[in-house]
Amino acid sequence: MSQDLTIKEQLDQLKNKQVKASDLINESFKKIHENEKHIEAFITLNEEQAKLDAKKLDEQGFDEKYPLFGMPIGIKDNIVTKGLKTTAASQILANFDDPLYDATVVKKLKEAGAINVGKMNMDEFAMGSTTENSSFHVTKNPWNTDYVPGGSSGGSAAAVAAGMVPFALGTDTGGSVRQPAAFCGVVGMKPTYGRVSRFGLIAYASSLDQVGPLTRTVEDNARVLEVISGYDEMDLSSAPVDVPKFTDALTGDVAGLKIAVPKEYFQDGFDEDVKESVKHALKLLEDLGATWEEVSLPHLKYAASAYYIIAASEASSNLARFDGVRYGKRSENANNMLEMYTKSRSEGFGEEVKRRIILGTFAMSSDFYEDYYKKALQVRTLIKQDFENVLSEYDCIIGPTTPSTAYKFGEKSKDPLRMYASDLTTVPVNLAGLPAISVPAGFHNDNNMPIGMQIIGRPFDESTVYRVAHAYEQETGFYKEKPQIGGAKS
Amino acid sequence: MNFETIIGLEVHVELKTKSKVFSPSANVFGDEPNTNVNPIDLGYPGVLPLLNKEAVEYAMRAAMALNMDVATDTYFDRKHYFYPDNPKAYQISQDEDPIGRNGWIDIEVNGKTKRIGINRLHLEEDAGKLFHGEENSLIDYNRQGAPLIEIVSEADIRSPEEAYAYLDKLRKIIQFTGVSDVKMQEGSLRCDANISLRPYGQKEFGTKTELKNLNSFNFVRQGLEFEEKRQEEVLRLGGVIEQETRRFDEKTKETILMRKKGSSDDYRYLLEPDIMPLHIDEEWKERVRASLPELPDARLQRYIEQLGLDEYDATVLTGTKEMSDFFEETIALGADAKQATNWLMGDISGYMNKHDKELPDINITPESLAKMIQLIDEGTLSSKMAKKVVTELIEKGGDPEKIVKEKGLAQISDENQLRDIITEVLNENEQSIIDYKNGKGRALGFLVGQVMKKTKGQANPPMVNKILKEEMDKR
Repeated sequence: MSQDLTIKEQLDQLKNKQVKASDLINESFKKIHENEKHIEAFITLNEEQAKLDAKKLDEQGFDEKYPLFGMPIGIKDNIVTKGLKTTAASQILANFDDPLYDATVVKKLKEAGAINVGKMNMDEFAMGSTTENSSFHVTKNPWNTDYVPGGSSGGSAAAVAAGMVPFALGTDTGGSVRQPAAFCGVVGMKPTYGRVSRFGLIAYASSLDQVGPLTRTVEDNARVLEVISGYDEMDLSSAPVDVPKFTDALTGDVAGLKIAVPKEYFQDGFDEDVKESVKHALKLLEDLGATWEEVSLPHLKYAASAYYIIAASEASSNLARFDGVRYGKRSENANNMLEMYTKSRSEGFGEEVKRRIILGTFAMSSDFYEDYYKKALQVRTLIKQDFENVLSEYDCIIGPTTPSTAYKFGEKSKDPLRMYASDLTTVPVNLAGLPAISVPAGFHNDNNMPIGMQIIGRPFDESTVYRVAHAYEQETGFYKEKPQIGGAKS
Repeated sequence: MNFETIIGLEVHVELKTKSKVFSPSANVFGDEPNTNVNPIDLGYPGVLPLLNKEAVEYAMRAAMALNMDVATDTYFDRKHYFYPDNPKAYQISQDEDPIGRNGWIDIEVNGKTKRIGINRLHLEEDAGKLFHGEENSLIDYNRQGAPLIEIVSEADIRSPEEAYAYLDKLRKIIQFTGVSDVKMQEGSLRCDANISLRPYGQKEFGTKTELKNLNSFNFVRQGLEFEEKRQEEVLRLGGVIEQETRRFDEKTKETILMRKKGSSDDYRYLLEPDIMPLHIDEEWKERVRASLPELPDARLQRYIEQLGLDEYDATVLTGTKEMSDFFEETIALGADAKQATNWLMGDISGYMNKHDKELPDINITPESLAKMIQLIDEGTLSSKMAKKVVTELIEKGGDPEKIVKEKGLAQISDENQLRDIITEVLNENEQSIIDYKNGKGRALGFLVGQVMKKTKGQANPPMVNKILKEEMDKR
């Protein structure tokens, strides 16, 4: 089964003519058709085109210059795909059949030989932590379908965990790649802000958004990031820095590395099993020659508040363009221009999106700007400094990806504030623009759901993050465990 | 109580860059609707703005020409409002850190020079155009994203006349920098005016009103004149001026209330996260400064001091860049500055005024004007005949030498030929010779006239005079 193989191993099989690209795509769709009724990870399937693409590649023959030759990939539905419906899981874009262009990451994946099998479910406009905010359907966690897959890249994480695709793209504004990766037991990377082009990513919070890969293994993840990274002249916020070969960092050698462990990531109220797993991981890394020390990130307690003000403010600006004038939903009940705006938006946006638009509009209004938006920016600076201080002395920071494992549907989604608070391990990383990965770190003793460990690195030092993640992964081998779809883990 | 008028002007100038300010679409006026658009202009999901360096440099050039400080670090902001001509529902503009600050220009009113301060100049994008029909409205996004600079004067202007002079000077300077056509009728220059009154001696400004729909310099002046009177009447009757936006009506020349300003105008400025802060180093500034052409005031001084033109002529010649450049090219080809001035300000301007045309609309070129002046200097063409040639050049263009030949307009300067004609004339007018000898001055004029008649005006007048005298003395 190709889902047990890494990208590298599959490429070797393609090279040796043991399989063809069409075999990989057919197998991927077989898995999708078997499991999708339980998982519902996709919004749109691209089956016909994907099979044509695979056939074309097979006619061309395997070529090593395509680093992802014939690899099936799922694309989160807030990343635009030319000629393929892109909805951001919103009713306001439910009829947005052709975005007219490919996002830069999609273009790069295509050029690398990857084949887009479909668009992944998500929380509407990437706002949420459970994928329950999708306006289409709810995606289930493959480890136990009573549990949420996390979010907002829940479809991407679930599809990879269920073996439907070897990898998928997610986007991470406040944890939306790392948290579902942790909940679904896969590897999820949020690269440094500016590492990956945002051109074609439907903006939620522009100063925080990054595209990142979700994969089964660290090695696969590094391979995909190599393909999608790099300066893009279409994105002025992308960084003109070289992209190292991330796979070169996967040596297994962590001897001499200095790891910082913030005490704020082990506070009361965090799940004990989760904390134990990470402590166990630290011991293991110590055995491999790394050292760790407890540190403090004193301003972390303000991170979630600052994050929700900044993200909501930018969202209220970015989502203003969905007005029913040029594309997307236009209300049929509008009798004049003002109603075209108000009704299209009222009918098109879901509850959580409206909540954040209103919150952001308020925070940016001239009467409250100083008290909220400006203050949040100041907090952001302080949090950035906290991380800079720690990372000037340590090579990376380790803590749990999330305060708990996945929860059951409806458990937290009724209470937005409680939901927002659970983001406090992931959002500070976006505020600081740093790279961070979530790597599987075992299973919870009570509910058997996966646990994720987060490794945070210096700006543009994804290599060290991958190195630590890979060494730990190879020692533990959690990636080898597979969910029994619809039931408990095997 | 006497009131002092306080005016400030906000001028938008569209830059004639090749492409738009935040996208690679062509920046062209007058094309088929929605042909110069791409997903960026249409605010499609996922698009990001680019930054056109040419537009930044044009803005810098304009700022420098207006004696402004050019920022070293400048930022872009989003200005939010919902309207169908504004596809992202925000306009990318500059709020707190514009490209240019603290400039000035000198204007002349009633023979006195006055300096008007300029508060700021910033770069932003234009919106699309709406066309309202009976049943529906249509949008043309070609103009969406065209680069604009907004130039905000200080409240230094004290009369509608000064406002007119300020606009005229501003237009002239921007035109000379080459960054814009600055044509109000094409919308590449637009003006909004703020006006308030205060009792003489009072320090605080009164409440201002904003005037819109001022579509020509004259309308700006007329709108301000009306508003000045209206506000004065309100104040004299003990009323209060309310902060409001008023529309100028071109037919009645009155201003009409559009809307009261309230707290509803909250643009929720947000630092544009998609465009990185722009650093303009000294080297870049110097490079742009070096590309600045000679500006109208400097040219005017040079025309007076070095070319010996009088102030009036020099002012008219530097009135537009086209006229001034035409003049420069003509004298560069060797034409005498005074003669070039006379032709440009005389026959050529006269023709343009009469037919409501501008230099690019007529066919005379600096080359043909210089050539014509050369023919006059050589004696091949008389000034009188030249008037016919210049009309031909204006209307049809061509080579003056060829025109002179084809139309037989060359001056007769051949002495033998002239002497034959003069002998003929004298033989026919013996009485005039007697009159001349008896000291009747008018007789000479009559005889010259006869020679001209016979030669259809082509005889060289000084030579005719000389030979006539010689021949009569012989008799």
